[in-house]
Amino acid sequence: MIRNVLENIGGIEIYPIISLTIFFTVFSTMLVYVFTRKKKQMDKMAGLPLEP
Amino acid sequence: MEQTSILKEQVAPGAVMDTFQYDNTIVRNFAIASVVFGLVGMLVGLLVALQLVYPELNFGIPYTSYGRIRPLHTNAVIFAFVGNAIFAGVYYSVQRLCKTRMFSDALSKIHFWGWQLIILSAAITLPLGFTTSKEYAELEWPIDIAITLIWVVFSANVIGTLIKRREEHIYVAMWFYIATLVTVAVLHIVNSFELPISFFKSYSWYAGVQDALVQWWYGHNAVAFFLTTPYLGLMYYFLPKAAQRPVFSYRLSIVHFWSLIFIYIWAGPHHLLYTALPDWAQSLGTVFSVMLIAPSWGGMVNGLLTLRGAWDRVRNDVVLKFYVVALTGYGMATFEGPLLSLKNVNALGHYTDWIVGHVHIGALAWNGFFTFGMFYWLFPRLFRTRLYSKSLANAHFWIGTLGIVFYAIPMYWAGFTQGLMWKQFGPNGTLQYPNFIETVNAIVPMYALRAIGGTLYIVGLIMLAYNLVRTAAQGKFLANEEAQAYSRGVIKQNHEGDFWHRVLERRPVRMAVLALVAILIGSAVELIPTWTVKSNVPQMASVLPYTPLELQGRDLYIREGCNACHSQMVRPFRSETERYGEYSKAGEFVYDHPFLWGSKRTGPDLHRLGDKYPDSWHYHHMLEPTSMTSGSIMPPYPWLVDDKLDVSNTADKIAAMRTLGVPYAPGYEQKANADLQAQAKQIAARLKDAGIKADHEAEIIALIAYMQRLGTDIKKAPASQP
Repeated sequence: MIRNVLENIGGIEIYPIISLTIFFTVFSTMLVYVFTRKKKQMDKMAGLPLEP
Repeated sequence: MEQTSILKEQVAPGAVMDTFQYDNTIVRNFAIASVVFGLVGMLVGLLVALQLVYPELNFGIPYTSYGRIRPLHTNAVIFAFVGNAIFAGVYYSVQRLCKTRMFSDALSKIHFWGWQLIILSAAITLPLGFTTSKEYAELEWPIDIAITLIWVVFSANVIGTLIKRREEHIYVAMWFYIATLVTVAVLHIVNSFELPISFFKSYSWYAGVQDALVQWWYGHNAVAFFLTTPYLGLMYYFLPKAAQRPVFSYRLSIVHFWSLIFIYIWAGPHHLLYTALPDWAQSLGTVFSVMLIAPSWGGMVNGLLTLRGAWDRVRNDVVLKFYVVALTGYGMATFEGPLLSLKNVNALGHYTDWIVGHVHIGALAWNGFFTFGMFYWLFPRLFRTRLYSKSLANAHFWIGTLGIVFYAIPMYWAGFTQGLMWKQFGPNGTLQYPNFIETVNAIVPMYALRAIGGTLYIVGLIMLAYNLVRTAAQGKFLANEEAQAYSRGVIKQNHEGDFWHRVLERRPVRMAVLALVAILIGSAVELIPTWTVKSNVPQMASVLPYTPLELQGRDLYIREGCNACHSQMVRPFRSETERYGEYSKAGEFVYDHPFLWGSKRTGPDLHRLGDKYPDSWHYHHMLEPTSMTSGSIMPPYPWLVDDKLDVSNTADKIAAMRTLGVPYAPGYEQKANADLQAQAKQIAARLKDAGIKADHEAEIIALIAYMQRLGTDIKKAPASQP
């Protein structure tokens, strides 16, 4: 049913390129985000479960 | 803790702490349900394990036959034992991490009783044979709807709690919970698209290759988002709690979270290597499965290194012991997963007991032992007392660990042995073990050993239950635990350099949306091309829809759970084409709602079964398998001979299949039963010629019709449609 509705996506060849781009962007962004956090902030977050 | 951070926390002058109460009752209730259903689910597991050694334990009745109660075991341990344990841990930790009571006690109660009702309905419907046949998603559509509603209740309760929280920051455990909420909802809904025929029967919306891909996208990610992410959340809370030190690296936990949820969702096709699934999808599954080892081991290392400088305590603290084995099991299972996703390894391991060993390392060590550690830590706190017996808990630890070892080693042994025997050629170029039963009889002793391992593990669980009951009896339950915290906003914070942290990590709903986007990207790349691109499923002119009798027979095959032990997917190996015949093609399954490829060969593959044996062989074999195959461990199915086939729903089934795209001619449902009777009489006549007096209305006739059709279409010239 769903395949009948959508039948054919135009330009399916671009799919792998798009997925690679998304993948690369997401990961680079995440790594930049993580490693620019301040240590004290990380320590505070890590300490949350130890609060009563 | 460090209070003078860049966040420069300052309490506003004159601010007063709120006093409020944590709800411990809901935690206790889920924990009790987890232990009780854990015992039930594992005892059913022991029964199915023993049935493979002593087939008479199928008792000759439908409700206890292997095909029906094996799904009962998997559903009970996954959704009842592990599910209830997740909810116990989540309700405990969410309240404390948010410094508030749950959003709504009423929602908590609805969630608890609703979930137990769903478990009860599963325990009734599965033995009765009401099943969709899709692994870990066997429950029929009314229960699927109930699961959806209860999951919404749970999600609303957790998100509501997050919104009214007093703690400014959202700890990483909460992220794992949020990802679980969102992803399980998506997986469950997409995989459960089905067209109801009656209250307890439906057909999968998808067919063949598409159905297989959706199912294993679901199946794999049920492991990811029901057995893994919620437990990682629990680990990030309960491990630091028990170790009394913060997690090793909070940075690593962020990387762990995003990479795990982003990569996991792509890996599903590794369950379908060497099948008729398009090659590009198989490669995608392999690549992402190999990548998955990084976040998985990152998480394990983060957990284990949390114990740095506290290893001496592992010797004395039984809770930490359980956690260490749990994390080690997680590491082993997540190393083995990528390994099994390599095509050359998968060629040997798939369909064998290696996979059963693999999942039980995850289930018994990671889920089981983490749960036990958590309960040993929780109960003394909920009941304001000490654990009743530390030495009993230690004994449980050792007997449970031995149980895991005695379970896993025989399964690996059996898997390697059988996998190699299937592939072994003799010096003259023919199969060394052409009779499948030889490869079964070689591993039955391993099945017996595995049952011993399982028994040890269950004995350990009984010790836990006794210990917890005695702990509860000697203590006094604290239903509402008082706590104090400042309201959010009372603590002034210096947000300098904190922009992204605020944007991302303090907005639960935004977090949920981001997690959703992360898992939808992989899902879309994997699923949409297979749904939409015709060249992925080549059409075959000779492949026709099932006759009405075959369709009814197929539904009996599903009801009896034949797919629990038999695959319908001949892989393109010489060892398989020699044994079974031509390898399976994607185009042969286009009318299969649902697909029945199976995932385990306790018995031989059945895709090329049609026309292999006479009807009389099947009749005798179903009635008494050992009469045709000496040493067979298949249960007998005498009721198929006694019970009459229900043909009242034939028209509805044909109409439903047409709705799903199967090309039955318009109005065919009106004469379907006439065709059904005619074909049944032909089979009964052939049986009569073989000296068997069979009622043409008996269920077994329909099942024989289906089995004789299996895989025969490609041998025929293209014909006209029925």
